[in-house]
Amino acid sequence: MGHILLRHRDEGLENLHQLDVYRANGGYDALKKVLDEYSKDEVITIIRDSNLRGRGGAGFPAGLKWGFIPKVDGDKYVVINTDESETGTFKDRELVERNPHQVIEGALIAAYAIGAKQIYNYFRGEFMSAAFNFEEALQECYAAGLIGENIMGSDFSCDFSCHYGAGAYICGEETALLNSLQGDLGQPWSKPPFPAVEGLYSKPTVVNNTETLANVPPIIMNGADWYKSMGTERSAGIKIVCLSGHINKPGNYEVEMGTSYRDILFDEKYGGGIPNGKKFKALLPSGGSGPVIVDDALDAPMTYEGLTEHGSVMGSASLIVMDETVDMVWAAMKMIHFFRHESCGKCTPCREGVFWMKIVIDRIYNGIGTEKDIKTLESVANQIQGNTLCALGEFAINPALATIRHFPEEYRAKIK
Amino acid sequence: MIAEKYAKEIEGIIARYPSKKSAVLPLMHLAQREYGYTSESAMKEVASILDLDPTQVLSLAGFYTMFYEEPVGKYVLEICNDLACALRGADEFVDMACKKLDITPEETTDDGLFTIKTVMCLGACDRAPMLQCNMSFEENLNEEKFDALLGRLRAEATAGTPSFSVAEKMASYAVKDGA
Amino acid sequence: MSDLVTLTIDGTELSVPKGTRVADAAKSVGIDIPVFCHHPKLEPVGACRMCLVEIGMPMRDRATGEPMLNEDGSPKINFGRGLQTSCTAVVGEGMVVHTDTEAVTDVRGTLLEFQLVNHPLDCPICDKGGECPLQNLVMDHGKMESRVYFEDKRRSDKHVSLGDLIFLDRERCIQCARCIRFQDEVADDRVLQFHNRGVNLEIVTMSDPGFDSYWSGNTTDICPVGALTTADFRFGARPWEMTPSASICSQCAVGCNMTVNTRREARSGGKPVIKRILPRQNEAVNELWLCDKGRFTHDYVASPERLTSPMMRKDGELVAVSWDEALNAAAEGLQAASSVAGLAGQRLSNEDYFMLQKLFRKGLKSGNLDVNNRQIGGGDVVAQVGIAAGSDLQQLGKGDAILVVASDLHEEAPLWWLRVKQAADRGAALVVINGRSTRLSSHATHNLQADSGDIVATVRQLVSMAKVETDGTGALDAAAETLITANNLVAFYGYEGLSYEETESLAKALANLLLIQMDGEPHVGRMNNGLIPVWPYANTQGAWDMGIHPALLPSYKAAKMTGMDAVAMFAGAADGSLDALYVVGADPIGDGWMADRGKLGLLIVQELFMTKTAVTADIIFPAQSWAERDGTFTNGERRVQRYYPAIRPAGDSRPDWQILSQLGERVGAGKAETVTSLVFRSLTKAARQYKGMDYRSLGQVEAQWPVVGGDDRYYGGNAFANTAGLGKQWAAVAESKAVKQFEMDDAVSSREDGLLLINAASLYTAGTLIDKSAVLAPRMAKITLTINPVDATAYEDGDTLMVRTDRVTVQATAVVSDDVMVGTAVLRGVKAMNGTAVARLSKIKE
Repeated sequence: MGHILLRHRDEGLENLHQLDVYRANGGYDALKKVLDEYSKDEVITIIRDSNLRGRGGAGFPAGLKWGFIPKVDGDKYVVINTDESETGTFKDRELVERNPHQVIEGALIAAYAIGAKQIYNYFRGEFMSAAFNFEEALQECYAAGLIGENIMGSDFSCDFSCHYGAGAYICGEETALLNSLQGDLGQPWSKPPFPAVEGLYSKPTVVNNTETLANVPPIIMNGADWYKSMGTERSAGIKIVCLSGHINKPGNYEVEMGTSYRDILFDEKYGGGIPNGKKFKALLPSGGSGPVIVDDALDAPMTYEGLTEHGSVMGSASLIVMDETVDMVWAAMKMIHFFRHESCGKCTPCREGVFWMKIVIDRIYNGIGTEKDIKTLESVANQIQGNTLCALGEFAINPALATIRHFPEEYRAKIK
Repeated sequence: MIAEKYAKEIEGIIARYPSKKSAVLPLMHLAQREYGYTSESAMKEVASILDLDPTQVLSLAGFYTMFYEEPVGKYVLEICNDLACALRGADEFVDMACKKLDITPEETTDDGLFTIKTVMCLGACDRAPMLQCNMSFEENLNEEKFDALLGRLRAEATAGTPSFSVAEKMASYAVKDGA
Repeated sequence: MSDLVTLTIDGTELSVPKGTRVADAAKSVGIDIPVFCHHPKLEPVGACRMCLVEIGMPMRDRATGEPMLNEDGSPKINFGRGLQTSCTAVVGEGMVVHTDTEAVTDVRGTLLEFQLVNHPLDCPICDKGGECPLQNLVMDHGKMESRVYFEDKRRSDKHVSLGDLIFLDRERCIQCARCIRFQDEVADDRVLQFHNRGVNLEIVTMSDPGFDSYWSGNTTDICPVGALTTADFRFGARPWEMTPSASICSQCAVGCNMTVNTRREARSGGKPVIKRILPRQNEAVNELWLCDKGRFTHDYVASPERLTSPMMRKDGELVAVSWDEALNAAAEGLQAASSVAGLAGQRLSNEDYFMLQKLFRKGLKSGNLDVNNRQIGGGDVVAQVGIAAGSDLQQLGKGDAILVVASDLHEEAPLWWLRVKQAADRGAALVVINGRSTRLSSHATHNLQADSGDIVATVRQLVSMAKVETDGTGALDAAAETLITANNLVAFYGYEGLSYEETESLAKALANLLLIQMDGEPHVGRMNNGLIPVWPYANTQGAWDMGIHPALLPSYKAAKMTGMDAVAMFAGAADGSLDALYVVGADPIGDGWMADRGKLGLLIVQELFMTKTAVTADIIFPAQSWAERDGTFTNGERRVQRYYPAIRPAGDSRPDWQILSQLGERVGAGKAETVTSLVFRSLTKAARQYKGMDYRSLGQVEAQWPVVGGDDRYYGGNAFANTAGLGKQWAAVAESKAVKQFEMDDAVSSREDGLLLINAASLYTAGTLIDKSAVLAPRMAKITLTINPVDATAYEDGDTLMVRTDRVTVQATAVVSDDVMVGTAVLRGVKAMNGTAVARLSKIKE
């Protein structure tokens, strides 16, 4: 079976980023079908029925999100979140580089469904050169009447532009992203108002992850039931998994939901095991932001719910693999440094708390910490929990809490 | 002055948005490509084009890490040493690179050619160690490849030929998008 | 449909308007929820998290939609999973809020611990110590032991100058962004922003000059820590050492309520000195704000140059004499003079004006009375159709309209600019008519720029369009339609670019607009409707009311005989037809109205300083400054407001009314008054508009929202609660009876050919009082002349020009810009004067 999202990997589709190749292989048929056959509500119903959930990590049902947009006239926006900045995540980059038209087509269908006349793709600034193919694809679409006035001869008109951030992890948070796109400081706002009601320029806005939208054209072509036939009941379909760290075959893989983490790491189809004959030690299943898991959780299925009982999450399915040589205090420190660097500073617990965690774990790692410092680290993390303005603050505590839980002896070995 | 030199591109960029202010990041990218960093005068230029107070531009220059508020070398080598890259030797790679250029991170070589910065995840973890140089990614690096990269960049600098120009491409998109 | 929502907070049931935030609702029933970033005048952001509380909503059965009940019949409440920020949460019907549970107490301790992670804890040397929300909240809710290693704290700059007026201590800043949001949302000067991110977030400014805003001082009031301090107060005193005195600003016609903080100091011989000035809440006037001019122009009070003793010219020299000697000499001189005239400044109190006119009309039997620099007419029109008593610009919004003609409110009356701009932000239609664009133009729904010479004609055209249904599509038509159909309409008028006669016509034309009765009520005689004159000084209104006018007695009664006006006095002094001139609080020679004392036989000056006029005087009486005495001012909205003494008088100075009254006693004007309140009582008998007012009623207050000034300095900032009086507006005629349309004369143009000189006001223009302010000195307006490139063929940007008008000659720096219309020249940085002057330019060779 060929790929559904990473189709450019299939034989003969290496140039799928070119419009003629994409169209020759069924590209924009879904858009055509939508424009010819479906009302806006029907499109939303199909996506809702397909059980497609947000692939950026939060897992919010996409159809539900589209359905929240008020059904009244006026300016509305679709914004694609290609601010992929989570440590260990590089799936959206491959999509926009190699299969941009599928993302564009998905976004156009979303715009049609909610009545938006403008789409922005918000790329993290560092993806500027990775976005060339995407920019070229937009030009091709404008020339071919797939974007702009009266798309495919219909009365649906929609513009499409790329926007580039400039280096801020927080802009992956949807309200921060919208602030950044407006030219304001890229800090999140306290919800409500939700973007569906007051989003970009205070207008109703859908913000979807790149991968989420890439799923839309195949769902339209094959139907909601087809999509639901893959994966599990609550986690339907497929997911791109990013494998990095101590793994034989790092890279992106299109994996059916429900596949076990052990298979993803060790199956030759995917990761192919740990290099240099080393033993597996720990896995970060969702980049730097999800709690670390150990061997006992590897048989859990990769679904939105699969790791709940192990205290972790699927998130964006960015799997960072660590072998037996890794010092877990060092790994936690690396991640805390990341969050200390990326905290936007708007809310107190994250701004001050993550800074505090950073100075404490530095002490511990540098061998001048005490038992009290371990307690402080844990307690500060707990004090941040539940009190922050956005989810980043909640992510930031995971590196400390989960490593202390699984590897207390490594911490104790470091203290005075 | 970018307002005159890139009048058409700027017009195209502003046309993408219902609010002029949205063009601030694109114009700051453009100004940095033109001047090498977001100097005070560059920020004031951007502010004046978009009817903002310069403080608003300064604020963004400080918030986003891609903007350099101080002069940097002709080539900025931004090496990711975040966790995923570090597991594949990024920290050692940074040490090697620094030693080779005889600088520490954030410093610029005496000839003004290279600045090394360590950065957070760039989204290429599967191809670590990697770095970003003037907007383009160099991946699966080792000492040998790094030497080759330095050689290429030095030759380019000597010959005066522009490196792979993101600027030109982005400018061309700006014009077409706005049309 | 009810617009009220009923909820329960800590067991107290309350009903508040829909859309109210929970923190504000709690405050309204006296439940203090601690906040740092929230401020009742700013949009909530939920950033500091200090206001986290438990918020529950009644549960409903999903199937039936029926409320779910507990066994005891009470509604089941769902409190959700975590705490919510009460500053952002909006009240809901049946909502239950707990602010006193263990979870809430815990989180307060937690958040305070976080706030202190990087806080320097330098309270002993911090200006805010003693009135610091952070300090107070830590004492109430904080943990007393720090778990942070001191050496790990982030260190940063502690003395960052954000321009000349405000200093920033970066270590104390808790990143609440109140200052940034105030500048963005309220002041519309986006000159403060955050730089960097995370724990490195810091306040920066890149404007030129730094922190370029007339509102900067307010950020220090609302800063919940000691991060922002004013240049005049920092390290000056501790809050608990100071005594507050209620006062009214004497710098413009808005009449902002303020509090003067004083402290006894050794350097003043143990006498109290002014340490700082803070806003005092009056929601109908200045809310919680002050402009920087009002806040920082107080240094003159303590100036060593103050006149402290009466003086008389003896053998050509001015020498100190006793009060009796000076008063007797003045009385004799005035009585012996063949003709006398009185000239007053426009910052005196109502009591002063009343005694001045009594001295002249009753004592000296002279109607030669006028204010110095009479620039704007229409006081009599305002008395008829002025904005109605009880009005509050804060109530204007969607469906209402505001018209501003020939005035730059931002420079002339900053608080009005702020409140008009905010009304426009709330949806009120704003129509601006002026000879050039101003800071208000960008907020205008209709910005009608007209040649200054055509402004009155433009307004008259607008009025005639408003009177009939037109199907015109022009901008003027649209503006007329907007104004006349507005629910409420307020019209401001000023004098920029206009002659005195033109301002009189303008006032009448605007009155006629307000008086138009189409479908609904006319826009006069009811709250939030009417005319507001942008008087040039703090008590120009009082001067009108008290009859400091050659043709009007108190109460706007016509005088039997018209006396000399100021222009006639100046001419009379020059040609000898006027024998004696009495000048109170004015400097006609310094302002260029008189070249010298001319042929005056007697010149008496009552002043704070040795002005250019005083230097040439025969007798000088030292007057008390506004901070040393009590009195009343009447603002442009005709609100009579009391101010109170804050410090002791300089030397032997006396209040103006007392000097005038003691002089009056010597010339047969009746027994001298001894108490200000009794002078006020007397004046209410003469000025019938003031009938029923007395010092007691002017000192009355009522509850205001938001509630500020309590122990919880965290909610409304440092602004003082008003306990000393909200003042009273006197009723315009239209409030009790119908007013007819005003007859308009045919427009007469007295204009000459040449470059029409528009004198544009600048807030910080040199003058006797403001010149003494040390902190404002670097901000004083430079004298510039802006000309259109078409007119500037012989001049370039930066040239030094001599600008000669029929009255004054000034040296100005040329600015060539198409911001000004062809044929006009905009002069900035000199005291405002009327606009019929023609500029004659010549370039000065360097």
